[in-house]
Amino acid sequence: MSTQTPNLVELRDLKVAFDGVQVLHGINLDVAHGDALGLVGESGCGKSVTWLAALGLLPGKASVTGSVRLGGMELSTAPRPVLEKVRGKRIAMIFQDPSSSLNPVLRIGRQITEALAIHRGLTGEAARAEALRLMDMVGIPDPRRRFDQYSHEFSGGQCQRLMIAIALAGEPDLLIADEPTTALDATIQAQILDLLAELKRETGMALVFISHDLGAVSQVCESVCVMYAGRIVEQGTVDQLFSEPRHPYTRGLFDAIPRLHGTRERLIPIPGTVPNPRELPRGCAFSPRCPKASNFCHTNSPRLLLQPDGSSLACVHPVEVAGTGAGKARIFEEVMQ
Amino acid sequence: MVQFVLTRLLRAVITIAAVVTFAFVVLRMSGDPAQVMLGPDVPQESVDAFRRAWGLDQPLWVQYFAYLKSILTGDFGVSMRDKAPAIQLVLERVPATLQLTLPALFLKLLIGIPAGVYAALHRQSVTDRGVILASIIGFTIPSFVLGLLLVLIFSVTFGVLPSGGQDTWMHGILPTLTLSIGGIGILARFSRSAMIEVMGQPFIRTASAKGLKWREVVWGHALPNAAIPIVTIVGFMVGSLIAGAVVVESIFSWPGIGRLLVVSVTNRDLAVVQCILLIIAAAMVISNLVVDLLYGWLDPRLRAHVAH
Repeated sequence: MSTQTPNLVELRDLKVAFDGVQVLHGINLDVAHGDALGLVGESGCGKSVTWLAALGLLPGKASVTGSVRLGGMELSTAPRPVLEKVRGKRIAMIFQDPSSSLNPVLRIGRQITEALAIHRGLTGEAARAEALRLMDMVGIPDPRRRFDQYSHEFSGGQCQRLMIAIALAGEPDLLIADEPTTALDATIQAQILDLLAELKRETGMALVFISHDLGAVSQVCESVCVMYAGRIVEQGTVDQLFSEPRHPYTRGLFDAIPRLHGTRERLIPIPGTVPNPRELPRGCAFSPRCPKASNFCHTNSPRLLLQPDGSSLACVHPVEVAGTGAGKARIFEEVMQ
Repeated sequence: MVQFVLTRLLRAVITIAAVVTFAFVVLRMSGDPAQVMLGPDVPQESVDAFRRAWGLDQPLWVQYFAYLKSILTGDFGVSMRDKAPAIQLVLERVPATLQLTLPALFLKLLIGIPAGVYAALHRQSVTDRGVILASIIGFTIPSFVLGLLLVLIFSVTFGVLPSGGQDTWMHGILPTLTLSIGGIGILARFSRSAMIEVMGQPFIRTASAKGLKWREVVWGHALPNAAIPIVTIVGFMVGSLIAGAVVVESIFSWPGIGRLLVVSVTNRDLAVVQCILLIIAAAMVISNLVVDLLYGWLDPRLRAHVAH
């Protein structure tokens, strides 16, 4: 993360609770212009909630505290009209299930042009032309014919492409992609990842890529945040995390990935399950599942601390650094396959 | 599309035929018009003469086919009581019934749908709970209780509105209110749940994430989807415009179709009862047909399904 350019988005101590149950325990995160940041963790760890909260898209029963700053503007306390101007224009978001994320009774063309109308003032023929250009850009064949079709006439992968076209309509500074490939099959996943990486290169927008798929994250991101039970537990560049995962949880995530090459080894699953936010364990939330946990871990919650190499870590008994480069390279290469 | 409409039409015709047959058989099995019309103390010869005159001495199936033949030629029979064509007697009463049911329908739509949508958008608020409570009360009170209650309050206690008759527009207020309150409750509840369901859909989150104003999300994205289930209920209400006021017309002595039906059933006036039932069935079937076609217009997924 560059220190020269001012950050685009800064999250400070962002907390979210649903009906009094806290699910996000103070997230601090910076996204700079042009960044590509991956947010990794198991389902329910708070990676989507973080960004839904930042954009004010959580349902009314959610209580959000902390600060969300976008280029000097505070969003967490901003009234709805201000947020509406930010959404889609400064920060756009695409979601996990593209088919149900598009309105089934409205024509696709209209769903794109309405975003063009609010963010760029385009109407009529100009809006139509720009929508066709966007459809072409995200790889929808024959956009002229498909402009007036409905979402059920597109495949899942095409729906996600259309979602991306809608997101690009406002020319956002930041695109949040919330598990954009989870609902798609493997070949389509790869295409969408390529598309996101390409668009990011062409437009220069920043990208936050939320996923539980480490391989996908490594393809599009430069840095990664690993989240567990509503906290960031480790943060660093893709190289750092993939070659030397320090947090036992991050390490566990890598060990649970099947390797394509080398000897057939038994996968090492992380024992236990993700804790219920209603009954989080005392101390470090990962301690009941952690092979290295000590008594200290069961009573004290570790803080996320900056490490000498520029990464951050919330663990008092981190995995030892392998020392030589051989071990590092192995994990990295195998995951990158 | 043509096939879709044709199958629906065929179904409609079968439904009407079933209603006609059922009404014919049940009416003839359940009592003797001659006895009712002539009274208990008339000599047997008069009864026999009456039966012969109206064809009631014929076997049931002969009567049935004669009846079918006549309605297919547009002849709905003659009232045994008034000696006038049944269809004429029935059609004369239609305007009076519509005078109650049309304003009642507008009230249901005008109050029920907005109340339900508002409640859904302000879920768990005091207004929402108020709407739920009011709508449960509204549709659980039977209209004969509600009608009498309103008479008791507005006619007996305060003396501000008439309790029966059709002389002025004031006479229409209580029956219209009685008719509409249940429907308002039903529509409010239905619109609320339809809207809550739609507002929880991922595409609503997309619409918000796009930067649309809240109003545009609700009007442009949520309502067109919520309209699909609401149209079903409204279809039933439109279908019962003609027949939906039997109880209320009786309570408020309103000279509409409902009251004619009650009187004709009591008198065993076969032709009139059959004619009314046929019209009720036709109205219901036609409105269902329109609802089916509206679905296709509202929901492109269904349209595609039909096209295949």
